[in-house]
Amino acid sequence: MSGGEAWVVVGLAGVATVALKGLGPALLGGRALPPRLLAVVGLLAPALLAALVVTQAFGAGDHLAVDARVVGLAAAAVALVARAPALVLLAVAAPATAHVRML
Amino acid sequence: MRGGARAVAPLAVAVLGFGISFGVLARSAGLGPIAPIVMSATTFAGSAQFAAVSVLDAAGGVAAAVLSAVLLNARYVPIGVSVAPWMTGGFGSRLLRAQLVVDESWAVSSRGGGRFDVDVLVGAGVILYGTWVAGTAAGALAGDLIGDPERLGLDAAFPALFLVLLRPQLTGRRPVLAAALGAATALALVPVAPPGVPIVSAAAACLLGLAGRSARATGPTDEAGGSGARGAGVG
Repeated sequence: MSGGEAWVVVGLAGVATVALKGLGPALLGGRALPPRLLAVVGLLAPALLAALVVTQAFGAGDHLAVDARVVGLAAAAVALVARAPALVLLAVAAPATAHVRML
Repeated sequence: MRGGARAVAPLAVAVLGFGISFGVLARSAGLGPIAPIVMSATTFAGSAQFAAVSVLDAAGGVAAAVLSAVLLNARYVPIGVSVAPWMTGGFGSRLLRAQLVVDESWAVSSRGGGRFDVDVLVGAGVILYGTWVAGTAAGALAGDLIGDPERLGLDAAFPALFLVLLRPQLTGRRPVLAAALGAATALALVPVAPPGVPIVSAAAACLLGLAGRSARATGPTDEAGGSGARGAGVG
């Protein structure tokens, strides 16, 4: 890959991301959403975050895989149920996975 | 803003490691030391950056690399709409603050029922931005010295991180249903759709909000205000 290609990707990805992130706030900023749309976006966080959890845990390129990451996620889930703080959750997830990989 | 900074402090540790990983990957993909840092400073969206650089690394070409970044960041359109009502001020200021929206800053600023605390979002976003760019710089410039944090199981920290952010959102039947539907949609699409599409498609699960009772009746989500405020802090 040429260095020029990298800079073109950096530039275009940057411009596209600024546009995608800015679209809503730039066009609709400060204006109340209609109640029905508000009810919809209220469920956006649980829907997207759950999707991120499962794709980060089970996604492996173009297929699904159950691997050492599941052990880390399970350890985090146990810590979550035990009401451990966020840092503890992250601190148990990573070593649990790393440990399983070494086995 | 300080509240937002406090809420994401634990997550910032993971983001720093992720930034280092990105710097290491981008450097080894032949981007040199400067382009990865500029990319983190201008794109500020981890998964999209990883995807674009992975495509370049696999000689997939410029168009495919940019397309993968666009698909992975497509979710920021509905996310941007969700925070728009709470983002006041001039056009330039709104556009600028919108750039601080990433999954983590957005989630910790959620107050339930579609409400957001923009001060918390900005505080959290600034901390994450600094951490992300600094991590990238460390990985790109000194990756050989640090080694790749990926081997420490960092990839498992990310599902855990999103689990931390998801927990305070699950405040009633509807959010739980939306989460289950979103997760199922994403999993079903991973094998058949390009990266990014499963996530943005999962957003459609929030259309559950149109079913049955009116927006005003979603009382239980109000609880998310308290717990969501501290977000990750509540654990």
